[in-house]
Amino acid sequence: MTSDSSNFDLVIVGVGGQGAVKVSDIIGKAAVSEGMNVRAAETHGMAQRGGSVVNYVRLGCDLGSLIPCGSAHGMLALEPVEAMRYIHDVAKDKIVVMNTSPIYPVTVTSGQCTYPDPQEIVARLEKDYRVVAFDAVALARQAGNMKTLNVVMLGAISSYLPIPEETLVECIRNMVPSNTIDTNLKAFRLGRETTRQ
Amino acid sequence: MEIGTYPIPEDSVRQFLAKTEQVIVIEELEPVIEDQCKVIARDVGFETEIFGKADGFLPRTGEFNVDICIEGIAKAFGIDSCECKPAKQDMELPVRPPAMCPGCSHRGTFHIMKKVFGEDAVFPSDIGCYTLGIQHGTVDTTLCMGASISVASGIYDAGEKKPICCTIGDSTFFHTGINSLMNAIYNKSDITVLILDNRTTAMTGHQPNPGMGKTATREPTVEVAFDKLCSAMGAEFVEVVDPYDMAATEDVLERAKAHEGVSVVIAKRACVISAAREGIRYTPFMVDTDLCKGCRKCLKFGCPAIEFDEVSKKASINSMCSGCGLCVEICTFNAIMEVKK
Ligand code: SF4
Ligand code: SF4
Repeated sequence: MTSDSSNFDLVIVGVGGQGAVKVSDIIGKAAVSEGMNVRAAETHGMAQRGGSVVNYVRLGCDLGSLIPCGSAHGMLALEPVEAMRYIHDVAKDKIVVMNTSPIYPVTVTSGQCTYPDPQEIVARLEKDYRVVAFDAVALARQAGNMKTLNVVMLGAISSYLPIPEETLVECIRNMVPSNTIDTNLKAFRLGRETTRQ
Repeated sequence: MEIGTYPIPEDSVRQFLAKTEQVIVIEELEPVIEDQCKVIARDVGFETEIFGKADGFLPRTGEFNVDICIEGIAKAFGIDSCECKPAKQDMELPVRPPAMCPGCSHRGTFHIMKKVFGEDAVFPSDIGCYTLGIQHGTVDTTLCMGASISVASGIYDAGEKKPICCTIGDSTFFHTGINSLMNAIYNKSDITVLILDNRTTAMTGHQPNPGMGKTATREPTVEVAFDKLCSAMGAEFVEVVDPYDMAATEDVLERAKAHEGVSVVIAKRACVISAAREGIRYTPFMVDTDLCKGCRKCLKFGCPAIEFDEVSKKASINSMCSGCGLCVEICTFNAIMEVKK
């Protein structure tokens, strides 16, 4: 059950360094410029050092910044295992937009843990959620820079957010380094096409 | 009511307690405000019941989230909390602890430190990126800023016979390590103090510190010299070494370990993130798959740029490699080399 104290509660998960915080920032700024109240929190993880990261963005919300367990309207997952790790934050039957390309933690490369099959993750999630899963690394590469993965994903979730596309595009323009605007806008478009209904 | 200041606004709390029969105090960490509320209630003679951590409605450890708060409130006031949570998924997921960056000099320093002092030496440490060394078995204690040195000398004074080597970052040393070091030297501890000088305050976002010669607003200013400072406090063994030079680091640490009394070693090498921001680029490294025997030794080194291909059973180095060259020393088969241009 989603929370009625917020218009749209979004959980953004990923790995430190993937740019999850930037995505939260862009969505937050865009929502504010649409006149919405926004509450946001970066709760766990350390952005720069490859740890697991979860951010909450609450659009049209006047209460606290943490989303009650199992009530988010949607999840944006920049990495498959991280989607699974935090999926209990999302309300049943809601939208999960997920990148299928994994980043192996040191615990996997050093042989202490094993990494599950991303397709298996998709299959599990599909039992309870509406899932859009695709290889965002490939799209980012197509846009011209691997680092635009976060913006590809932003494009994909944007179809479900209560924010007009133009507002998000305007915010991207203002918030990315000026020499990367074109690449980022292309990344946004490629992402958005994956979910255009 | 919401309390966001300390000391707490006693008048408002008094007024609040006057019109309530039961109160639950929800605060992170220790029950400081909870106790204060109880004191106020008692002083004024209110009968208000005050719940919180003391009676176990809220946990004293970990971080709060919405559900922990809902549960605490429900239990305290005897109301039903809605159990509408989705079932936890049961897939086994690999843990993803944060790691030191590819090319971080601390990784090399820790590797050599463990080699020289031995696996069962005592390694008190401090608060910074290097606390992540806990995954390498090189961080035994972390208490509060500057405590690495005082904990180390305390352990020595308590009669510990194993070698003791503590680590502390440059900014943490300036924050509260100086006084601890002075105490350790003055009271004749026999320990090694390894100052990890990565020329910045990396963990909190690269703020300048007095060792950098930059003010808080990044204007040039006098630089505090670690070696002179430590010598002035009476340390007889003070040496500076570049942790990218593993052989030199090993030599210095061997001598520091042998030295009786406090020995100070300053491992000086800029944080890879600051170096990259300043435009410093090194040639990345690669694994020669013909020479690689698949022994996984380099993987245990824990650099996020080193991967293992389960199909070919060989190691490989990904695009995150910053070219520090430290893993070259790790591979006993000379399979790691610079990428040829
Ligand atoms: S240490 Fe050398 S031989 Fe062993 S896996 Fe790594 S590259 Fe291969
Ligand atoms: S040279 Fe080796 S240790 Fe250094 S960053 Fe590259 S892979 Fe990691």
